[in-house]
Amino acid sequence: MSLSPVEGVALAEIESGGPEVPERKDVVGRSPGRLAWIRLRRDRTAMVSGGMLLFFMLLALAAPLIEMLYGIGPKEQFQSLLDGFGMPLGYSGGVSGDHWFGLEPGLGRDIFIRLIYGLRTSLFIAFAAAVITATLGVVLGTLAGYLGGWLDAVINWITDLTLAMPFLVIALALTPTLVLRFYGEREAVSPAFGVAVLIGVFAIFGWTSTARLVRGQVIALREREFVEAARASGAGLGHMVFRQLLPNIWAPILVSFSLAVPQFITSEAALSFIGVGLSDETPSFGRMIYRSLDYLQTDPAYVFFPGITIFALVFAFNLFGDALRDALDPKSSR
Amino acid sequence: MWGSLGEREERSAAEYRSRERRQAPMSEVSVAPSAAEPLLRVRGLAKHFPVRTGFRGQSLVRAVDGLDFDVRPGETLGLVGESGCGKTTTGRMLVRLLEPTAGTIEFEGRDITHAGRRQLRPLRQDLQIIFQDPYASLNPRHTVGRIIAMPLQVNGIEPPGGVKARVQELLEIVGLNPEHYNRYPHEFSGGQRQRIGIARALALRPKLIVADEPVSALDVSIQAQVVNLLRQLQRDLELAFVFIAHDLAVVRHFCQRVAVMYLGKIVEIGDRVDIYERPQHPYTRALLSAIPDVTKLGPGGRIRLTGDVPTPLDPPSGCRFRTRCWKAQEICATEEPALVSRGGGQAIACHFPESGPVAGESGGTAGVTVEEVSK
Repeated sequence: MSLSPVEGVALAEIESGGPEVPERKDVVGRSPGRLAWIRLRRDRTAMVSGGMLLFFMLLALAAPLIEMLYGIGPKEQFQSLLDGFGMPLGYSGGVSGDHWFGLEPGLGRDIFIRLIYGLRTSLFIAFAAAVITATLGVVLGTLAGYLGGWLDAVINWITDLTLAMPFLVIALALTPTLVLRFYGEREAVSPAFGVAVLIGVFAIFGWTSTARLVRGQVIALREREFVEAARASGAGLGHMVFRQLLPNIWAPILVSFSLAVPQFITSEAALSFIGVGLSDETPSFGRMIYRSLDYLQTDPAYVFFPGITIFALVFAFNLFGDALRDALDPKSSR
Repeated sequence: MWGSLGEREERSAAEYRSRERRQAPMSEVSVAPSAAEPLLRVRGLAKHFPVRTGFRGQSLVRAVDGLDFDVRPGETLGLVGESGCGKTTTGRMLVRLLEPTAGTIEFEGRDITHAGRRQLRPLRQDLQIIFQDPYASLNPRHTVGRIIAMPLQVNGIEPPGGVKARVQELLEIVGLNPEHYNRYPHEFSGGQRQRIGIARALALRPKLIVADEPVSALDVSIQAQVVNLLRQLQRDLELAFVFIAHDLAVVRHFCQRVAVMYLGKIVEIGDRVDIYERPQHPYTRALLSAIPDVTKLGPGGRIRLTGDVPTPLDPPSGCRFRTRCWKAQEICATEEPALVSRGGGQAIACHFPESGPVAGESGGTAGVTVEEVSK
């Protein structure tokens, strides 16, 4: 097969330059995504923190199963195991074979199963909020970055406005107002509604950073030659965004997603702690820590277990997010 | 082998078949290019970029300011000039990546200057571009197969025998191993990447390719291979090229006609032999004498231009080159020289064109004068 001298040269170039290919049938290159996965696999921190995250997620997902095996529900009260002042009997907050992490002072609920359900609430809220904010951010950021012009100006203006609003103050003002709008003064608020309000508040405030990030990336990519090549071939908006642009920015989006989740976990805890988040009925880290403050001196074990769990969860998420960034962008220095 | 590429298999897509027919008789036409109807006709093409200066002030960068040239079928036109003279802007306007401010671009007699996206569709297939930077011009997340198939995909063309067969055929045409279909760009060298870019441009069987400095990012030995490949393609597929470059040696090797640009205007245009052997515009002479040549060391006949290129924000009045020209006189400041033919196929925009061969013996006078200016 002698097409031209040029080809001979080029083939020689390949054979001398590229890695040896023993079987000539199936030459499959390793995609950038695959290379990132290989780098991630080699990173011990990533593997340990990833394993922890997987463990936490499995616990949260399997909460009803654990309840069945453990034999105690999150609302069951064990008043008989409390003393006259409402303090749990026994050592370190009533830790025993039946109640692994002890009992809550006052109500006498089991801390372990409430932690498992609290994990479920926390992770659900954080993931839902992160998915919504990431989607909003990607859509708005891509539109602003790619189309530019007045749309970019409008989206930027809204982003600035959102960034300028004080999150805590708005959340404090908004949540009770919303609750009052749907429920009476003395009515019990359903747990699902509280969760939805929290997710909504996070979604309103959380999308700005992703939108900024995506917009910047899209603007940088828009002028790259491979994007221009697609435009010169007559590609439409859909092809440009989904085939040319987004595959090149999913790495920073993924990293910002994995770093947004722990941020929402702590925010949820903080809001529940100040009392604008979830009602006491819903098991949540924030509520538990808030309640435990009254017993800080008499029953320190009560603050210990939820505190340690939330710390481990957020720490693992942050470590994993950092490792992910390193794996996806090997050029960034440590 | 090369010529029979088209007939190798049955092509079902009607569009595709008509392209085959159109390309077939062109071989006879291109023998006598001067007689043929131009494939591309550019008249008064201009691109002005608005820039903000200070508070509320706005002025125009005249990146390209009135170009006239033709490209005939199967012909290669070289566009040379120093950085910032508007070569790349011109190339991008030709493939409609940039919207021209003024002037017209006609392709096969149709005015395409302001054609919308739908009208551009068939045209996109005839006009393709090869980019300068082989590292930025391939999507790092796509396999080579997907990159080359992209033009087919976005235009909804289903080549007979399948996209994969066509892509592998293209890989073979540009001298790459068709087995490397599933590899990613980062696994290839610069020269190989540029070949992939060429294969992508060929995917739609274009008639004209704008090559925007296709070899300037490659090292010299690879440059020769890529230029030879382009020449081979030009002959076998009857392609016309607008070849943008700043390397005069490469242009001399590749192009039949050459246009020299300075500050957004063509100062001289003509056949390769005329431009290289008998340049008449002082700027062309200066440019040619600047070619490094190890056989001619020393100050000899080198013309040294002083100063920088004036800003396109406020180009000089009259002849744009006058601020650096050693022959400039009063008329150069007041009257802009038109691009006129002074016999032969050569057109020069100068009030005092030079004559005679370049540099060395007779060009010495120019060299001496410039030497004085530079002191």
